[in-house]
Amino acid sequence: MSRAGSLRGYVLVRIALMIPMVWVLLTVVFLMMRVAPGSPVSATLGGKLPPAEIAEREAALGFDRPLIVQYFDYLWDAVRFQFGTTVTDGQTIGSLIVENGGATLTLTVAALVVALVFGLPLGLIAGRYRETIPDAFIRVFAILGYAAPPFFVGLLAQLLFAKNLDWLPASKMASPITQATAEVHTHILLIDLAIDGNWDGVWDVIQHLILPATTLGLLVMGVFIRLVRVNVGQALGGDYVEAARARGVSERRVVSRHAFRNALVPVVTVMGLQAALLLGGAVLTEQTFSWPGLGTRLLQYLNSRDYIGVQGLITFFALIVVFISLIIDIVNALIDPRVRY
Amino acid sequence: MADPVLSLRDLRIWYGAERGAVRAVDGVSLDLLPGETVGLVGESGCGKSTLGRGVIGLLPAGAGHAGEVNYKGQNILELKPKRLRAMRGPELGMIFQEPMTRLNPLMKISDHFEEVLKIHEPKLSRKEARNRAMEALRGMGIPPTRYKQYPHEFSGGMRQRIMIALALVLRPAVVVADEPTTALDVLVEAQIIRILADLRRNFDTALLLITHNLGIVAEACDRVAVMYAGRVVEQGPAYDITTKPSHPYSRELLRSTISLSTTELHSIPGAPPDLVSPPPACRFHPRCPDAMQICAQQWPTTVATSPGRRSECWLHSKDQIPKGLDAPLEREALAAAEEA
Ligand SMILES: Nc1ncnc2c1ncn2[C@@H]1O[C@H](COP(=O)(O)OP(=O)(O)OP(=O)(O)O)[C@@H](O)[C@H]1O
Ligand code: SF4
Ligand SMILES: [Mg+2]
Repeated sequence: MSRAGSLRGYVLVRIALMIPMVWVLLTVVFLMMRVAPGSPVSATLGGKLPPAEIAEREAALGFDRPLIVQYFDYLWDAVRFQFGTTVTDGQTIGSLIVENGGATLTLTVAALVVALVFGLPLGLIAGRYRETIPDAFIRVFAILGYAAPPFFVGLLAQLLFAKNLDWLPASKMASPITQATAEVHTHILLIDLAIDGNWDGVWDVIQHLILPATTLGLLVMGVFIRLVRVNVGQALGGDYVEAARARGVSERRVVSRHAFRNALVPVVTVMGLQAALLLGGAVLTEQTFSWPGLGTRLLQYLNSRDYIGVQGLITFFALIVVFISLIIDIVNALIDPRVRY
Repeated sequence: MADPVLSLRDLRIWYGAERGAVRAVDGVSLDLLPGETVGLVGESGCGKSTLGRGVIGLLPAGAGHAGEVNYKGQNILELKPKRLRAMRGPELGMIFQEPMTRLNPLMKISDHFEEVLKIHEPKLSRKEARNRAMEALRGMGIPPTRYKQYPHEFSGGMRQRIMIALALVLRPAVVVADEPTTALDVLVEAQIIRILADLRRNFDTALLLITHNLGIVAEACDRVAVMYAGRVVEQGPAYDITTKPSHPYSRELLRSTISLSTTELHSIPGAPPDLVSPPPACRFHPRCPDAMQICAQQWPTTVATSPGRRSECWLHSKDQIPKGLDAPLEREALAAAEEA
């Protein structure tokens, strides 16, 4: 079997496996949203509108039909990326994703970059110099980063860097002037500003981005540090590293080429889980920094008990996580030849 | 006789442990001549691997050492790490026991070869390096078509042959092979042993072959050193020792290997001693069927029993044993000595 062929086979199987995964996920989301008594409409608007009008709206949205019919309806909509219209403000989930998705994407990507840029080297240092003082500091840092809730870290960061030192803006994605002058191209503010050549605006957004991205990055960084540390340590005491040393390979090369590369494999493997952690953390971080992303929207609909809004956004998040884990597995197969078999 | 390429002089290696130092190698002197294969045999835990690693200066951080490992007129244990590293590969090579885990799973076979060739022979062009590697692989019966494959695509026996090729591609003067066939099945074992036995004829490489299988020694080695509790108790030509061992431990070890002529399986009673506090005087006396009283009291001298052959046992110098101490060591005394 040729290597390319086996890789293609692996990818096809992996994609086929997505179907049951997505189905289970959608079913769980559907059931979660329906365990509460009453329909989404009566839950949201019950008591605010006369019962007749609620019944009318329920009928219009199809909530008077049997649950099983609604279930298949939901599945069919979901596979066509139709997630419904919110009850409270009548927006389609699709338009929400277009409008607010860019902010969440900006935040999560920036946080991931922060986590990788600082987490991988820190993990490498800790793993290379295990049981030393730098290692102890890095480990405590990793545990704190992972354990401290983002709203707490975010609050501290706002107090220190925005209020006390006044180095960075405390919240929002951009200052009003940038917001007012920005034109919409891609719905990703940073890119839109760059397209227009508005570099002051770009710099403004980056300044706004630093605190939330670091806050969210810290959360994910802890996992990276610990994984890299453990795996670098393990690899350095491992058989193939000893064999490389016995062939006169320098310690520097042993660490960077043999141990570090092997330690990256598990990092890539957990990246799918990290995506879930990142999205969950983004909800809390957005809230803390008034970041206009999907997380802020989700909390808004949660507060107003808008079930369609919540269900639509959660379904979207779940699909994103599934999709990312697919990509991760393919990347993993490219890096680690053993995965393909 | 040619000058030895490697000579150990009163080599001692110990590991720091909470209970005290584990004296894994405790005063070993041994020579390796150019191109010869020396077998190092002994029970598990008697310090064979430690000795083998000491020979190429690959000791773990917590290990201490004394004595000399002389190679080309210098004690490699005293060399700066950088000098020593430059020698590992082109001068001193090592083959390990478990071939399955000794290759980096993310690197192709070609990457492994190109890495060592680039480090030690930087002047070699890519193409020359490739040819050298392919040639070494072909010598081990690995087809060149598999050069670009990953370690997991090979069986254990093939991986061990790759490891051997990887050690030999730099043409080192000394190679240590630490139980290279223990993890492999019998047929593959025979194949690897044939390859190693061929080394004697085709290369100038001196091989220190660590094994606990005396059958392998008889087949593949010129000389053999028998190790017990950190010491080489007997050494000499492989044929002589495997047919007429003179040290009681060699004899017992030989009897305990499966032979075709007898179906009975002999084993040496007891177990090798704890190397933190080994028995006084002759280390083997608690288990030796020939033990005399002197054996528990005074260290036996090393005697050249015939040319090129040495043995560390009181039986060879009976005339020097003070009167009365040549009586057999009694069971009670044996137990008491063990407690002491
Ligand atoms: N890294 C280490 N740290 C501490 N003690 C060690 C270490 N390596 C080996 N030892 C101890 O040193 C002694 C000799 O071990 P060594 O591995 O050299 O024996 P061996 O003859 O190769 O045994 P085997 O046949 O099982 O491979 C043993 O008591 C072992 O427990
Ligand atoms: S010195 Fe004594 S105990 Fe040791 S091997 Fe010889 S006879 Fe046995
Ligand atoms: Mg060993």
